Amino acid sequence: MSDTIELAVTRYRPEQDTQPWEQRYTVPCSDDMSVLDALNYIKDALDPSLSHRWSCRMAICGSCGVMVNGEPKLSCKTFLRDYREAGVLEVRALDNLPVERDLVADISGVVEHIEAVKPWLIRHSEPPVDTAHSQTPAQMARYHAFSQCINCALCYAACPQFGRNPAFLGPAALTLAQRYNLDSRDEGSSERMPWLNAEEGVWSCTFVGYCSEVCPKDVDPASAINRGKVASDINYGVNLFRLLRGKGDA
Amino acid sequence: MQGYARAAALCVLGGANAMNQQQADIVIVGGGGAGLRAAIAAAESNPGLDILLLSKVYPMRSHTVAAEGGCAGVIQAHDSLDAHFDDTVAGGDWLCDQDVVDYFVRHATEENLRLEHWGCPWSRKPDGSINVRAFGGMQIERTWFAADKTGFHILHTLFQTSLKYPGIRRCDEYFCTDLLVEDGHCAGLLAIDMRSGEQTLIAASAVILATGGAARVYRYNTNGGIVTGDGMALAYRQGVPLRDMEFVQYHPTGLPGSGILITEAARGEGGVLTNREGYRYLQDYGLGPETPPGQPQNKQMELGPRDRLSQAFWHEEQAGRTVATERGAAVHLDLRHLGEQHIQERLPFIRDLARTYINVDAVHEPIPVRPTAHYTMGGIQTDRHTATCLPGLYAVGECASVGLHGANRLGSNSLAELSVFGRLAGEQAAERAAQGLAVDPQRLRPQAEAQAAEREALRRANGPERLAVLRDEMAGAMEAGIGIFRVPAQMTATVEKIAELKARYQQLGLKDGSHAFNTEWLQAIELGFLLDVAEAMSHAALARQESRGSHQRPEDFPARNDALFLRHSLARQQQGGATEVSWQDVVITRSAPGERHYGGKATGEAGR
Ligand SMILES: Cc1cc2nc3c(=O)[nH]c(=O)nc-3n(C[C@H](O)[C@H](O)[C@H](O)COP(=O)(O)OP(=O)(O)OC[C@H]3O[C@@H](n4cnc5c(N)ncnc54)[C@H](O)[C@@H]3O)c2cc1C
Ligand code: SF4
Ligand code: FES
Repeated sequence: MSDTIELAVTRYRPEQDTQPWEQRYTVPCSDDMSVLDALNYIKDALDPSLSHRWSCRMAICGSCGVMVNGEPKLSCKTFLRDYREAGVLEVRALDNLPVERDLVADISGVVEHIEAVKPWLIRHSEPPVDTAHSQTPAQMARYHAFSQCINCALCYAACPQFGRNPAFLGPAALTLAQRYNLDSRDEGSSERMPWLNAEEGVWSCTFVGYCSEVCPKDVDPASAINRGKVASDINYGVNLFRLLRGKGDA
Repeated sequence: MQGYARAAALCVLGGANAMNQQQADIVIVGGGGAGLRAAIAAAESNPGLDILLLSKVYPMRSHTVAAEGGCAGVIQAHDSLDAHFDDTVAGGDWLCDQDVVDYFVRHATEENLRLEHWGCPWSRKPDGSINVRAFGGMQIERTWFAADKTGFHILHTLFQTSLKYPGIRRCDEYFCTDLLVEDGHCAGLLAIDMRSGEQTLIAASAVILATGGAARVYRYNTNGGIVTGDGMALAYRQGVPLRDMEFVQYHPTGLPGSGILITEAARGEGGVLTNREGYRYLQDYGLGPETPPGQPQNKQMELGPRDRLSQAFWHEEQAGRTVATERGAAVHLDLRHLGEQHIQERLPFIRDLARTYINVDAVHEPIPVRPTAHYTMGGIQTDRHTATCLPGLYAVGECASVGLHGANRLGSNSLAELSVFGRLAGEQAAERAAQGLAVDPQRLRPQAEAQAAEREALRRANGPERLAVLRDEMAGAMEAGIGIFRVPAQMTATVEKIAELKARYQQLGLKDGSHAFNTEWLQAIELGFLLDVAEAMSHAALARQESRGSHQRPEDFPARNDALFLRHSLARQQQGGATEVSWQDVVITRSAPGERHYGGKATGEAGR
């Protein structure tokens, strides 16, 4: 059991570098050290110029996503002990996103997609705020997993479709739309449907399923998208039906 | 490599010393629960306003996300606002402003319901109504929860809801470095656009600080890396007092080593604390009699207040009755008797955290835990409407001291505080902004440029001192002198140490001279903020010559002293930089200071 491990970090400093390059660091390796601990060790003890994002260190804020040996991971929830065999960890910024610097990926596009799907509770009329809507545990269970997304963007780094076309709304945004569509208190699914139906919506997904595999919160975006396809199909059917009956609001 | 080229282009555009300029009606620093709630309230009260929400991280990264246990609000028929009031005031060891507590308990439930209307998935009873759980120091169950991810769900609900207001725009990943004050009014701020490193002047009629707590001044804490007391220091540097800074809450159940939190809800659900002999030691510290495992009694044993539980750990450690782990002394938090199904349903995140970070499955083994620094009861002094003494500047959330928590905060009161007072801050700022008091940004330019030059100088600093070393020395000194128990020699040593570190901070050397996402530079600015906060905390602690709530001086002043110290401390930075501590009366309306009763004594006495 070696007590050090090597990190091969892809560096990129836009003011100095025209190309990304690899820098190797040797860090101590103990059973409870996460990749984030290793990056912070580098920052504090070896090279303060390395930039990476982090905050909560408990897998809930979604800041610390990076590629580790080619897989999208939360660095705070990924442990050096699992790479002892491999000997070296390759760490780089999340795939499929522009890189601002070193391990800092530009997630503004992902956040815009999330914002685009009207991710808030839509009601035709707002009841007075003196009672709660009723919602049974069974009703909550329908959307609960989809409400667990921490916006870490690992699924975007995993999604080949998003890699080809950054306009594709992508796993987390489509899942969030579903989270509200499936909420018994919500009345906005028809307003969200244009987004789901659009070229950049659910139909762009070719169901690779890698998004669900890498998701650190078991959100299962692939199944959300698949359900979106069904909903989108039904919506299409309903609209067609209305059109045929001469109701012009399709 | 298209992705890389885009970043390079941005930086070329950014250039070195350019200063951007923006204007807004209201600028809110902080995208946590308090900042988002303030933004929504401002937009709702006046849809015509231009509201700028500025944050050094994307809002959903804010540390509100980490809150696990729950959010208070009276909802059960047999509960009452008076009971919530009494618990809060007694929990705070009578250092709460009672008019503020009164306002708070009257509005908390309404705000929780509003969050429900915005989509927050509060946990439910089988019939579909809101469920509540027991929490430490509360005599009746009134803690609303969303499994054990309450803060996460509140934060995401608020963030997503904020998107529907066209009046709210954001500057994500902008780091506020200075407040701008003109003619005795707060007229805006200076911030670094982290992506390019550019400095931006933002002029506004009203500024709301909602920057969160400061427990990163301690080595072992439950806080995220971004929780560095920035707003407190920003206000302090403008002569605004920091109030009750000596009161820092240690949470009794953090993971040893990392300090990651295991929520109090684990005890609310029936978890028990045992020492190395398997004995439920809390009964030896005035919290007994022992309650049957899995049947927690409000305000007894494991549901005593946090200050008492953390202090009991300290005594157990002194007596050699703690459990030795690889990561230091601990006691056991035992959930096994709750069974897998209950744990998985109510505490899934806790199970996941314990598994991931210390390789313990709570279903089969007890979780080792120890007290870690958690929450700053004190903060920027405000009136009961969130206004500071600097006109135009408001403060809300954990960075503020509105007078709610006194000497010890009750768990689940602070999430409720974010909504109740966040809303008030937004409404107050909107009212001020409607009067159109904005200063022409051109007039702010000279001071902004002077401050920007100072920040630039820090970026290029080449002295002998190292950032990580200073930060670790500070965190160690605070742990030693201003920890669970405070002894005179250690406290004085800490005050001196912080002064020394502030001097050495002037000799800092940074290695990374670049602009784009230069986190070394930002961390150096944060360390400056932390040192100011540590200074205020340690001076206030030394000045408070009594023991009250989370501030315990067993050697020199072991008792509460109402005659002299039933008062808030105010730490102020004087012109020359020295810290001065003065005192402000506590507002007492209807609950005269009494004894805090927990354990068997609490029963039937309604906490008075
Ligand atoms: C682990 C944990 C669990 C908790 N559990 C509970 C609980 O169960 N119940 C309860 O009531 N309370 C709980 N608390 C306390 C409660 O969560 C916090 O007090 C509260 O969330 C703070 O919210 P806030 O909006 O004031 O600050 P935060 O959520 O910390 O937000 C601060 C914001 O300010 C921004 N900011 C800071 N400095 C700057 C700067 N210089 N420039 C720009 N932006 C800046 C940050 O980016 C962030 O957006 C818990 C706390 C912790 C740490
Ligand atoms: S769906 Fe999962 S992987 Fe994708 S952003 Fe959400 S939490 Fe991350
Ligand atoms: S640091 Fe927050 S998710 Fe990893």
